[in-house]
Amino acid sequence: MATRINPLISQRVVKVQLWGLTGFTIAILFFIVCFVSIKGLPQITLDFLTTNPGDMGRSGGIFSTIMSTLYLIFIALMIAVPLGIGAAIYLTEYTRESRITYIIRFGTECLAGIPSIILGLFGFAFFVMALHLGWSILSGGMTMSIMLLPTIIRTSEESIKAVPYALREVCFSLGVTKWQTVTRVVLPTALPGIVTGVVLSIGRCIGETAVVLFTAGSSLRLPQSFFDSGRTMAVHFYILAREGISMPNAYGTATILIFSILFINLCAYYLMRQFLKKYAIFG
Amino acid sequence: MSAKVIVKDLNFSYNHQRVLSSINLTVEANSILGIMGPAKSGKTTLLRVFNRLCDLIPNIHIEGEVFLDEENILRPDIDVDKLRKRVGMVFDKPVPLPRSIFENLAFGPKLHGIKDKNRLEELVEKSLRLAILWDEVKDRLHESALKLSGGQQQRLCIARTLAMESEVILLDEPTYGLDPVSTLKIEEALQSLKRNYTIVLVSNNTWQVARTSDNVAFLLMGELVEYGSTHGVFTVPKDKRTDDYISGRFG
Repeated sequence: MATRINPLISQRVVKVQLWGLTGFTIAILFFIVCFVSIKGLPQITLDFLTTNPGDMGRSGGIFSTIMSTLYLIFIALMIAVPLGIGAAIYLTEYTRESRITYIIRFGTECLAGIPSIILGLFGFAFFVMALHLGWSILSGGMTMSIMLLPTIIRTSEESIKAVPYALREVCFSLGVTKWQTVTRVVLPTALPGIVTGVVLSIGRCIGETAVVLFTAGSSLRLPQSFFDSGRTMAVHFYILAREGISMPNAYGTATILIFSILFINLCAYYLMRQFLKKYAIFG
Repeated sequence: MSAKVIVKDLNFSYNHQRVLSSINLTVEANSILGIMGPAKSGKTTLLRVFNRLCDLIPNIHIEGEVFLDEENILRPDIDVDKLRKRVGMVFDKPVPLPRSIFENLAFGPKLHGIKDKNRLEELVEKSLRLAILWDEVKDRLHESALKLSGGQQQRLCIARTLAMESEVILLDEPTYGLDPVSTLKIEEALQSLKRNYTIVLVSNNTWQVARTSDNVAFLLMGELVEYGSTHGVFTVPKDKRTDDYISGRFG
């Protein structure tokens, strides 16, 4: 008789293994968050958040870098969200699968694969130099939007595709035009997916360093307009740590970075759950 | 009785395959035309020609004419959105929009320009009463339509079509997968509806066609085998294939 492992035992072994793997993943996250927090949390006071950096970042807070980050996110999203959702709507609703859609999809995939430092270099050569925009929030935001486009197109496309075709048929059978169908039924239904994609791209904006360093510069002053240079939190952290200016302040910045990303992800999950609760999943 | 829809020499092919060939039939105003036939006989395709929903399918070719009140609806320059408002449709699976019951019904009328709230409320109530759903949902009009049972959802879909104040209602196996009580309610609703509407009912259920329709069309492999009054077709079918089909000796 062939030796077979008792299914009950293999079930138990697998369960323990899988649990272990999951636990390990969580543990890594937990370790990183703790490591950074322990070193960073003592730095964080109201002053740290509300005063501008002084003496190259050795003293003072990180207010201007928070604002630069927010401005940059704003510009990047203002460009990438309409473009990305528009492209996704075109690809899913307004065209049939063809060679052209294949090329467009292939293009966005390639765009997603470009290393961010190359994108940064492109942004520097094109926006900063060729268009004479200089190191500015605007150059940084535009370059960043190129980086976000593939994610937003992909996630929007997937969630638009997940909207049951029958809903569209119903709309058309009610004499509703295609555009009305898209705006009144398809997009609202696909919204949780789209929002999740956008929120994840905010996370990427916050964490991105290479692109911003090349295009938005590293000025520590609070940007007065979108044409001013600004230093985001991630760049600030990089410079503080890299040049050994102030490790405590670097960890303080890192803590704010990590917690804002965690907070944003939690918001995304919360929004999505609220939405799914309201509109039960389709059969 | 006057004719509401007249189909003349209709040919329909999909990917160079014939789905309907030389269909000629008339739908009388204020009557129920039952279309029966086995699967893949072209029933649904024929139904979708009546509101041009077939336009959504790629690679189709249509020949012939379909008149709705003397207007050829197959003309390429016809406003299909306007046509679909006049010719409503109910699908085999109930598909409520992910909105409240009220919003489901008000959706079409609102987008067709009815803004007045009282008028909308009136329309919603009237349509729900016609679809025999009002008493079950009148206290929860603003709850999600997805919470209704399958039979209620299908009546909601019928009511949604009625709220458009269409002239013709197409039903594609509206009682598919519903229990006998829900089926009965829908059939009852159809009987009272035909006073004001012209109804085309596609059904796999021969007895439903016999029970509800005034005229019957029997489709087989895209061919109209028999067309006549329900009484005539079910008592003395002219074609042997119809006889075989309705007595269950088919195939």
